[in-house]
Amino acid sequence: MDLLALALVVLLAPFGAFLFNAFVAQRTWALAGLSTILGVGISFLASLLVFAAVQGGARLDVSWPWLTIAAGQARAVEVGLQVDPLTAVMLLVVSGVSLFVQIYSWGYLHERTFDAHGHPHVHRDPGFARYYTWMALFTASMLGLVLANGFLALYVCWELVGLCSYLLIGFWYQKPEAALAAKKAFLTTRLGDCGFLIGLLYLWAQTGTFTFSQLEPRVAALAPEAATLAALLVFCGAVGKSAQFPLHVWLPDAMEGPTPVSALIHAATMVAAGVYLVARTMFLFEHASAAMLVVALIGGFTAFFAATMGLVNTDIKRVLAYSTISQLGYMMLGLGVGAVGAGIFHLFTHAWFKALLFLTAGNVIHGAGTQDLRAMGGLARRLPWTFAAMLAAALALAGLPPLSGFWSKDAIIAAVAHYQPPAAWGGLAGAAMGLLMFFALATVLLTAFYITRLLCLAFGGAWRGVPQVYPHVEEAPAGMLWPVLLLAVPTVLAGFWGAPFVSAAASFATFVEGHEVHEAFAPGLAALSVALALAGIGLAWALYGAGWLQPAAVTRLAGPLYRWAVNKWGFDDLYNALVGRGAVGLAGAAAWFDRGVIDGVVNGVAQGTVALGRAARAIQTGQVQTYAWVVFGGLVIVAVAILLPVVLGFRV
Amino acid sequence: MVGLQHYLILGAALFCIGLYGALARRNAVTVLMAIELMLNGVNVTFAALNRYLPLPADTSLFAGQLFVLFVITVAAAEAALGLAIIIAVYRLRRTVQVDQIDLLRG
Repeated sequence: MDLLALALVVLLAPFGAFLFNAFVAQRTWALAGLSTILGVGISFLASLLVFAAVQGGARLDVSWPWLTIAAGQARAVEVGLQVDPLTAVMLLVVSGVSLFVQIYSWGYLHERTFDAHGHPHVHRDPGFARYYTWMALFTASMLGLVLANGFLALYVCWELVGLCSYLLIGFWYQKPEAALAAKKAFLTTRLGDCGFLIGLLYLWAQTGTFTFSQLEPRVAALAPEAATLAALLVFCGAVGKSAQFPLHVWLPDAMEGPTPVSALIHAATMVAAGVYLVARTMFLFEHASAAMLVVALIGGFTAFFAATMGLVNTDIKRVLAYSTISQLGYMMLGLGVGAVGAGIFHLFTHAWFKALLFLTAGNVIHGAGTQDLRAMGGLARRLPWTFAAMLAAALALAGLPPLSGFWSKDAIIAAVAHYQPPAAWGGLAGAAMGLLMFFALATVLLTAFYITRLLCLAFGGAWRGVPQVYPHVEEAPAGMLWPVLLLAVPTVLAGFWGAPFVSAAASFATFVEGHEVHEAFAPGLAALSVALALAGIGLAWALYGAGWLQPAAVTRLAGPLYRWAVNKWGFDDLYNALVGRGAVGLAGAAAWFDRGVIDGVVNGVAQGTVALGRAARAIQTGQVQTYAWVVFGGLVIVAVAILLPVVLGFRV
Repeated sequence: MVGLQHYLILGAALFCIGLYGALARRNAVTVLMAIELMLNGVNVTFAALNRYLPLPADTSLFAGQLFVLFVITVAAAEAALGLAIIIAVYRLRRTVQVDQIDLLRG
């Protein structure tokens, strides 16, 4: 099969499942689940074939005219498909993780709850078919996003995944928190998308094309200021979608959705779309050094800042959400220093181990019936397989060799160390470099700390929840365990593709960037990051595992810093005060204007007419003789008016 | 000597008596008769003016009298029509008192 047909299969298999579910299988839950799993499975197999073909050197870039503006100037808006190594990697990640998640969801949607006596009850979620419908649509849109060969198709899919994210965060819309979280996610990402859309239109105005391959030479001809503006506007979209500072606030709340949704959409794929976007449009950013620095600084700061909030959260999923924000920041940092290969490599490994972390967290929640870390403990004995898988994923996240996260994180840190800032920055460049390095290394320590803390609180020590529940806490059913154990394979192995002992020609970065990249592996830096990770693990172990230090005492000692982190650096409050109150105030003023002035005028006209009519109806007595009196009286008045001047001798 | 003024006063008096009747009486038949009286007041005026006023050269000698004949014809038709309406109203409302016929009151 040629590449185009394969790409279409990749795209249309899950979309077909979506259509089937939406129009046929809404009332047959098993059929809906099976069709999505089948569609995504076909898509995954086709993605593997695409990947093999791309490794063999095949490429694809086709466009179809969608609509023609100003035919004389041949300004056709085109949509099309593109397959290159970056796309192939993303296809593999999206369809692969999606397949695991779809299989896993089957078990997860058969929820276990505990009654007052601690006995478990299993019941299937009533939204089962709806869930698989949106999941199929999401997978199709996400695949479309990475297959798009231009901004237009990409933007359409970009909004579609945002819509699916909204629908799936609010999957349990009966819960007010879930409905609010869905709204928050939608509105916050939309804020970034506004900038993105303006950027797209600006680029169109400047270059007259949306297609990446045509944009590349035309962008090079742009003035640096124009390119910087366009790059920053495009980056706005990435900031919203990838939950980067300052639009990060939606992702922790998005954890109100079902856990497999968090694994697929809010850990592995959709939130990585922002990183993908920057990587895809790197030709634009490379032309705008200021924008690159912004990307690096925002990424680095986000990595550090989200990790500090992850330190203190007590919700197992939210800790992972902050971890996701932080790791996405890493990717942005890698892209910002120009290391596309390293950034995408981290996206690639992170997708596997973070999806695994979320799915194992799902097993924990499914088994223990809670997601509050304070009410867990001692789960290693009850969920041994889950624990083993989560441990592997956690160590990968912490960046211990030889797990996947180590290699990709180290590639980014090495790229930061070798970053050559533009000479124009002067002394500022040194400061920026130092800052970026600090963010990168401090985050290693924090990451290792919070993930070890999570493991210790959930799996170590003694059970702290309702005592009757503990005997019924059990390992997840096979349907939820196998995807988890299979995901552990790439979690362990995926990193070797970009490891320094792989020849430069066969390395990940070379594959993605399309030219040979010599990753400057820095043994010293790698050792330092491992030492930092071990320090973080040790510290967390001392606090939460071994109990050598009292967490409460440390909390007291760190007083204001602790509260600062617990309050999420005050951003939720700040946004509530600024955006929330501001918007409510503005809306109140508008409502007053609408009700007072606009409705007032309309109602006033109506009421005036009514009052006039009421006054006038008094004249209408229905008495014909009264009318005759009036007619005669009028006649007399007219007659007098005409005759009086004559009588008085005036000449009219 | 009876002159133009006497006829005009007679016409005005008839008209005013008729007007009073049309405005003040409540019985529809009486009102109709009062209107006939007003018309006849006008007729007297027409006839008197035809007789006494000097006519312009191009006017028929009998213009005023012709008007009188027309008014009598129209008044006869009007009386027939008016009485028919009164009978129809009486069948519907069982009354010919005009102050009780006020369906058009606003």
